[in-house]
Amino acid sequence: MNIGNLIMVVVGTGAMALFGIVAGLFYMGIDRVLVARMQARIGPPLRQPFIDMAKLMTKQNIVPANAIPWLFNAAPLVALASSISIMLYIPLGSFAPIFRGYGDLILIVYLLVIPALAMVVGGLASGSPYATIGAQREMVTMISYELPLATTIIAFAWKYAQLGLDNPFSLATVAATPIWSQVGPLGFVGCLLLLVTMILVTPGELGKIPFDTPEAETELAGGLLVEYSGRNLALFYLSLGVKAIVLTAVVVALFFPYNLSSYLAMSALPARLVDGAFFLVKIFVIMFFSVSLIRIAMARFRITQVVDVYWKYLGALSLVGLILVMVDSFIR
Amino acid sequence: MRLSQTLGKSLWTFLFNSGSCNGCEIEMVAAVTPRYDVERFGLKLVGSPRHADLLLITGPVTRKMAPRLKLVYEQMPDPKIVVCVGVCGISGGTFYDSYNLAGPVDQIIPVDVYVPGCPPRPEAIIHGVVTALAKLEQAEKVS
Ligand code: SF4
Repeated sequence: MNIGNLIMVVVGTGAMALFGIVAGLFYMGIDRVLVARMQARIGPPLRQPFIDMAKLMTKQNIVPANAIPWLFNAAPLVALASSISIMLYIPLGSFAPIFRGYGDLILIVYLLVIPALAMVVGGLASGSPYATIGAQREMVTMISYELPLATTIIAFAWKYAQLGLDNPFSLATVAATPIWSQVGPLGFVGCLLLLVTMILVTPGELGKIPFDTPEAETELAGGLLVEYSGRNLALFYLSLGVKAIVLTAVVVALFFPYNLSSYLAMSALPARLVDGAFFLVKIFVIMFFSVSLIRIAMARFRITQVVDVYWKYLGALSLVGLILVMVDSFIR
Repeated sequence: MRLSQTLGKSLWTFLFNSGSCNGCEIEMVAAVTPRYDVERFGLKLVGSPRHADLLLITGPVTRKMAPRLKLVYEQMPDPKIVVCVGVCGISGGTFYDSYNLAGPVDQIIPVDVYVPGCPPRPEAIIHGVVTALAKLEQAEKVS
């Protein structure tokens, strides 16, 4: 890697971090306003999450006496840094990922675990029984949603390996050849099932209702985050916001990699802008269906129900999807 | 600790029941319903005192709750605001001669604003919170 490349990567990473944080907070605001409207309330201003973050930054940052200070302080940083680093592997609109040619789907699945693990470590390090229970629940939730998530990824990886493209696992390949164009009617149904699975895995990954059992404000007083305040809490919120963008961007890249500019004849720069805007819209649609709509319509699951939902129902759903995709490509 | 510009626009609130009859809670929860919708002002209910800026206390503080109230107050990060809701917390209210009282709220922790009523209306509670903010801003200016 030469110097020019290095500078590109550094600047790109900074830009990505900025984009992730701003977009994450922005979508948090949209979510809160939409939820309020659906409850016949007016709701907070759109920039409320930015105000919240600014406020949290000015608050006192307490490290509890029982906590392990370095671990307690490191966890939020690791969570934010790892969420941002996933962004470097994901194509946004028609912008190729910064680490193009390096990461693939499998890597993203592994990286997605790190922010959640950082929260678990932070919870365990804060030395509060509530946080400990929250951390245990978070781990159980992670194990639960991993099955449908992995099945979906396997379906994609298998399909693209089957097509005989080079670099079959990379997101760029998936983006270049949308899955819908590669499958017949059976596979189409299979892909729809996989899409439903991914949309229902998203709230689990993000710890949103009905899968917010690890945080459970009413019973665990905030669970994992119970002892966090001030700057550390703000970092965790930022990492959740970035993670929301990351996850929806993965769903978009897997299922809706279409770009507007390829349908309209446009020169390079406006095309990029239009694609960027279109990408934001796609993220909004995914976010609306997988976070806002589900969050407003449901109450919280118990932890046993979370495992049931993910392993039994969504596990079965994604397996059926996988089998349909496989059968489809055998009979074609 | 200095008050920030954003504090008033993003008050995260922790409800503390120090032995109330639950009448005051019902009115406070009414303030987050569509009719009053305090989330318009960025106010949000949180589950942990560590996340909170505003402590809303109801009830006359029973002997069992007194040390807990103190603990919760100390767990809140600075700057923090305390509003005592209901006549119980001001004077003991209906329970003024109970054998089980550790005293009204201000015997245990410092209170910024008292909201009288048994129970106070949601408007009164919202007004109390706004008054507390104004009071803090003034204290900031003077100092
Ligand atoms: S002030 Fe009245 S309504 Fe409120 S807790 Fe006391 S008795 Fe109940």
